[in-house]
Amino acid sequence: MYEFNYHRPASLKEARTILAGASDARIVAGGMTLLPAMKFRLARPSDLVDLAHVGELRGIREKGDQLEIGAMMRHAEIAGGELVRSRIAALADLAQGIGDPQVRNRGTLGGSVANSDPAADYPAAVLALDAVIRTDRRDIPAADFFTGMFETALAPAEILTSVVFRQPKRAAYAKFPNPASRYAVVGVMVAEHADAVRVAVTGAGPRAFRAPQLEQALSRNFSPASLDGLHIDADDFNSDMHATAEYRAHLVLVMARRAVAAASA
Amino acid sequence: MTVHVSITLNGEKVSAEVETRTLLVEMVREHFGKTGTHVGCDTSQCGACVVHVDGVSIKSCTMLAVQAQDTEVLTIEGVASDGKLHPMQEAFREHHGLQCGFCTPGMIMSALELVRHNPDPGEREIREWLEGNLCRCTGYQNIVRAIHAGAKAMRR
Ligand SMILES: Cc1cc2nc3c(=O)[nH]c(=O)nc-3n(C[C@H](O)[C@H](O)[C@H](O)COP(=O)(O)OP(=O)(O)OC[C@H]3O[C@@H](n4cnc5c(N)ncnc54)[C@H](O)[C@@H]3O)c2cc1C
Ligand code: FES
Ligand code: FES
Repeated sequence: MYEFNYHRPASLKEARTILAGASDARIVAGGMTLLPAMKFRLARPSDLVDLAHVGELRGIREKGDQLEIGAMMRHAEIAGGELVRSRIAALADLAQGIGDPQVRNRGTLGGSVANSDPAADYPAAVLALDAVIRTDRRDIPAADFFTGMFETALAPAEILTSVVFRQPKRAAYAKFPNPASRYAVVGVMVAEHADAVRVAVTGAGPRAFRAPQLEQALSRNFSPASLDGLHIDADDFNSDMHATAEYRAHLVLVMARRAVAAASA
Repeated sequence: MTVHVSITLNGEKVSAEVETRTLLVEMVREHFGKTGTHVGCDTSQCGACVVHVDGVSIKSCTMLAVQAQDTEVLTIEGVASDGKLHPMQEAFREHHGLQCGFCTPGMIMSALELVRHNPDPGEREIREWLEGNLCRCTGYQNIVRAIHAGAKAMRR
């Protein structure tokens, strides 16, 4: 690991000031992605700004049919939180399926969403639950947030502060996990809202995306059989030692069917 | 950049001058001589380095020493008391939950958090909980047995 300066701001304001003043500062949240990258010398920040003590980034709040979750909430807190479990069980299940207990004890919602790892789980929930990404300067709708592999709409030094999820009528997440890391080879969240059905896919392509074709089929009839005979185009899908693009395309439909079945159960 | 880090380590207040890039596991092993916590990978996957920070199990290879400032850290050395093995350690010995022993400290620290969540975990729950702890020797069978027995002994 290269050397860096370490900062521990106690407020969002202080964090902003530090980020603005350093030459190449990076935020560290749970560190479960950034620290391994720094150990491999793949990242070389001049300064690390640790958000662990910024109280404004914590907490889970309900407002009408929305659930706002602070960026620094750990995966284990989202998996185990009563409010999340009772309002959006699919989101608690998704969090429970991330990595392992120690990863869940450190990793955060904000870190995962800000990272836009093509195999991360939360991006599927962000898209399927019509989330709004809140930052220290604006609100970004889910549809505009994930712009590419490890790329988002966040500007340098912009701090993701919370994610506001919309509570669905019913929803479920199904993933085919990588057996070693538990990252999604393919993960699909389906959500039925009062006015629309959303199907969001992670793991398959360079970034998480919605599948309009599946959404249309499920809006007509929310059942696994509605997906029979549909074809998923594997054109820009990921291909690696874990799965070919064609296999991932196949898995999208399998996971979507499982998610619909689980949401209907 | 060096920083002064103070923690409570196994109930004892300690402090050290470390670099900001020093990992918690490095500080625990090299500055405080507690070498029971191991490093088995560089991808945050093996769990040989699991310790508790403020009562929660974490991978000490993926946390900076400076991030542990003012916390209570518990390592495998702090688990036994009065020269007597903790019931979970005793269960690993009794049920052959180890062969080379490299993964064992992490297994035990991880198991102790599981038992805190559920004093009577079933086999499936134990296996799922061990997702982040790799063992190259045992095939896990006896580790699962040991944790089951250890949890039972802790209930007594
Ligand atoms: C062994 C292992 C298994 C894993 N398995 C899974 C899995 O199954 N599914 C899954 O989804 N993930 C998995 N992960 C990743 C894990 O969920 C990470 O916690 C997550 O991707 C990053 O969150 P973090 O809080 O650790 O962020 P960090 O590593 O601290 O940061 C990640 C990036 O986001 C930026 N960032 C962090 N917080 C903010 C913020 N508030 N505002 C702006 N930028 C920010 C950082 O600067 C950095 O670039 C795994 C990780 C490991 C080590
Ligand atoms: S040394 Fe392997 S997870 Fe920490
Ligand atoms: S006993 Fe050897 S690695 Fe587990």
